[in-house]
Amino acid sequence: MGDFNNPEADLDRFQFRLGFAVVFVLLAFAVLLGRFVWLQVIQHDFYQTRAEDNRITLIPIVPNRGVITDRNGVVMAHNYSAFTLEITPSLAGKLDETIDALAEIIDIQPKDRKRFKRLLDEAKNFESIPIRTRLSDGEVAKFAAHRYRFPGVEVKARLFRQYPLGAIASHAIGYIGRITDRDLTWIEESEKQANYKGTDHIGKTGLEQHYEFELHGDTGYEEVEIDAGGRAVRSLKRIPPVPGNNLKLTLDAKLQEITEQAFGDRKGSLVAIEPATGGILAMVSTPTFDPNLFVDGITPDNWKELNEHPSKPMINRAINGAYPPGSTFKPFMALAALEMGKRTPQQAISDPGYFNFGNHQFRDDKKGGHGMVDMYKSIVHSCDTYYYILANDMGIENIAKFMGSLGLGQRTGVDLGKDDSGESKGVLPSQAWKKQRFKKPEQQKWYAGETISIGIGQGYNAYTPMQLAQATATLANNGVMFRPHLVREIVDTKSGEKRLVEPRPIRDLNLKQRNVDVIRHAMVGVNKEGTGARAFAGAPYEVAGKTGTAQVYSLKGAQYKEHAVKKELRDHALFIAYAPAENPKIALAVLVENGGFGAQSAAPIARMVIDYYLLGKLPGGAAKEDPAAIEEESQE
Amino acid sequence: MIDFAGTVRRGWQHLIAHIDFPLLLITVLIMGVGLATIYSATFDSSHRMLNQAGNMGFAMVIMWFVSRIPPQKLMSFAIPLYIAGLLLLVAVFLFGIKVNGAKRWLSIGVTRIQPSEIMKIAMPLMLAWYFQKYEATLRFKHFIVAGLLLLIPFALIAKQPDLGTALLVGAAGFFVIFFAGLPWKVILGFVVAGGSAAPFLWNMLHDYQQRRILTLIDPTTDPLGAGYHIIQATIAIGSGGAFGKGFLNGTQTHLEFIPEKHTDFIFAVYSEEWGLLGNGLLLVLYTLLIGRGLMIASAAPTLFSRLLAGAITLGFFTYAFINMGMVSGILPVVGVPLPFMSYGGTALVTLFLGIGILMSIQTHRMLVKK
Repeated sequence: MGDFNNPEADLDRFQFRLGFAVVFVLLAFAVLLGRFVWLQVIQHDFYQTRAEDNRITLIPIVPNRGVITDRNGVVMAHNYSAFTLEITPSLAGKLDETIDALAEIIDIQPKDRKRFKRLLDEAKNFESIPIRTRLSDGEVAKFAAHRYRFPGVEVKARLFRQYPLGAIASHAIGYIGRITDRDLTWIEESEKQANYKGTDHIGKTGLEQHYEFELHGDTGYEEVEIDAGGRAVRSLKRIPPVPGNNLKLTLDAKLQEITEQAFGDRKGSLVAIEPATGGILAMVSTPTFDPNLFVDGITPDNWKELNEHPSKPMINRAINGAYPPGSTFKPFMALAALEMGKRTPQQAISDPGYFNFGNHQFRDDKKGGHGMVDMYKSIVHSCDTYYYILANDMGIENIAKFMGSLGLGQRTGVDLGKDDSGESKGVLPSQAWKKQRFKKPEQQKWYAGETISIGIGQGYNAYTPMQLAQATATLANNGVMFRPHLVREIVDTKSGEKRLVEPRPIRDLNLKQRNVDVIRHAMVGVNKEGTGARAFAGAPYEVAGKTGTAQVYSLKGAQYKEHAVKKELRDHALFIAYAPAENPKIALAVLVENGGFGAQSAAPIARMVIDYYLLGKLPGGAAKEDPAAIEEESQE
Repeated sequence: MIDFAGTVRRGWQHLIAHIDFPLLLITVLIMGVGLATIYSATFDSSHRMLNQAGNMGFAMVIMWFVSRIPPQKLMSFAIPLYIAGLLLLVAVFLFGIKVNGAKRWLSIGVTRIQPSEIMKIAMPLMLAWYFQKYEATLRFKHFIVAGLLLLIPFALIAKQPDLGTALLVGAAGFFVIFFAGLPWKVILGFVVAGGSAAPFLWNMLHDYQQRRILTLIDPTTDPLGAGYHIIQATIAIGSGGAFGKGFLNGTQTHLEFIPEKHTDFIFAVYSEEWGLLGNGLLLVLYTLLIGRGLMIASAAPTLFSRLLAGAITLGFFTYAFINMGMVSGILPVVGVPLPFMSYGGTALVTLFLGIGILMSIQTHRMLVKK
């Protein structure tokens, strides 16, 4: 291959190859031209006839969307049929005139016109677009009498999605809405274009979006003969659609309702999980919204109200709110210490009411301290000093390793939204995290002093209520961990075949039973003689729990006085619990934004939820705050 | 007195100094045909047509900037662009957004990008740079290295899986290697080996890819999907006849028989309304475009610019041939738009980057001569 390096020969060869390329291009185009001649001249008559006979068109038949029911069969999302008045713009002539004329016989509001305009902009061509939905029988009859005057206008029977429980569980169920360009991209990337012919709604959030391709079903079609104007004349063949699959949830709608009521007008979140399966029994984020508003296309006013409301009802706090866990972190810290051999249950410290590190004093909430504190007492009375020292002894990496294994600081993968990118990760502090989080080298370094407040669930710690509930359920289930999920099974509508969504645990932490028992005993003590005792006074079951208070506002050493602080700056109240302690049926995490102490506002909500779930006891309305509840928690 | 007219004239000449008018004229003609066809395909509103005109304006501004960059400068983009493209492809492989089995997109906060698009330009740029670097010491081993530079991104894109884009990127790279003098024996060897490995390759294809090819053979197996597209597009073309049904008169188009009619299947709309005559005209326009590109390649002063110009030009050919072939039913349906005709901004930007590079190669050569 010596001639590679001769510039002149190179150039000659290049020119020759260019010539070859020209010949190749011309040949390829000649093949195309040949194909065109074949189709357009030789076979022209055949295709001409077929085009003229192309009076046969396939009309897609949209399948019924799957129904969503709770664990007891209560319907949470279903479809109903209603008449709509629709215009096909390409056949209707001047749109404004048509609509004005229609308005003389049928009630058309300015908001209907606005929505029509918007849908027209988004629409694919030749699609028929609704100008009025939910016509009454009288209106249908009235239009039928005038139909001849309106080419391109039709009354169609369409299925509408409805959420019978309204705002209840709206963050879990989500909603559907008209397909937009963004949804089209999703459909195209999933290679589902053919199946979405004729479909104009799609899941936008929550379960409706996560299980979109299960719920949708298979589109059928009808071969119909059409006249020159494109109107169907005669049906030739019909392939029926296959309805979408139904979802049977792990959620208990009544429990959900009671829980939402228990929050009253307070902002917050509660996630309750069945420990043995990871199935979510209730997932609350307050305030909520009515998903029915979105089905026909939400009006701009409603959207503005929901979107700009200061308490942000559209945010699902259960997976998108990340909060410091406060003292609810302590049982997990104690368990980590036992598992890693850093403490025995009996080992006690003497608590003077503070812990000195360097020249900084970390204070306990109780002036003068708790005296001699062993592990049991440290949880029951929520002693901060015990955990300051423990965190310092363990070091940040050991803490991060153990908490990470409980799923804290990671997306749980709960079955909501298109994929898990909609879920917040929270923050599991570690050296690696800090290095990634900050830019300046002096900020990237982890300081030993920062580890100390991590021990009481403050500092950089931030977890979602879903993560806390998952960790609590894992603790209740002796270290066997499930992915939290809302759908128990997917039911194939045709065959009745049921598919379990999450039959197996994701991992077993292999905790020592002895250690788990120590923690359980102490958490039961919390509700008997500790910070949760008032909320659970007289409960006929044993419940393991832990209160917590997460700081919103740093008081810089001043004494925290609840009434002196504005409502938005009050601390967040937390509570984690599982019951019955010996054989847990429910594990939960509650968070009340600006609720003050955990014992005061979060624990009473947990009491109502557990009372209903275990005893069937119906409460009346919102849980009351208990201002007398003593909290011995830190405001370091 | 200030010579106002003179200033304007000089300013204007400065502005157009790097525009190659034959190339500009041909692309504008094809785009004009494209806009008219988009209008017909969506004729109840001119919304898409206006949008596309905006896309064209934007893409041509990019072309203008690129045309002003001298080829020597373009060479310095080769490695960074190729490496960036490769890293992004690896990132897609590792963290890409998976949608129903296909990982093509990378999320960058606000939006998503499709890194394989970058490779359409980065690949020929890189290989042309590589052959330029070893121009004086070229050995057969360099072809092997070039082959690897081609194969890695190709495999990453094919694995996503996105066979259409992988083929386009692969073709762009192959053209460089071909023009650089890949021995005929090797080419022939690949053709023979490829032919005999066909059954094996068939098994490597994904289900949906196999289905697309089977659909080509028997379109009736997929009446709502791709098979329906092929049947209806063929009817549209065939019924167009020698002279077409006339602008805005295509029944197949306006009775909604043609899918994707302003994007991938726009050729069916055009062909129905303008017939064999129109098709011939369009083929002539594409031939002129390719001819002009190859002329620029032929006259280019350096190996780098020759290879790059040749490969970009044959890239345009590949787009056009695959698209018209698929719409007229002789190639399987892959997502390849018709260059300068189909609706869509991303493809236009990539195409005009290519045009800008061709103009740069052409006009900077003339400056050197002067």
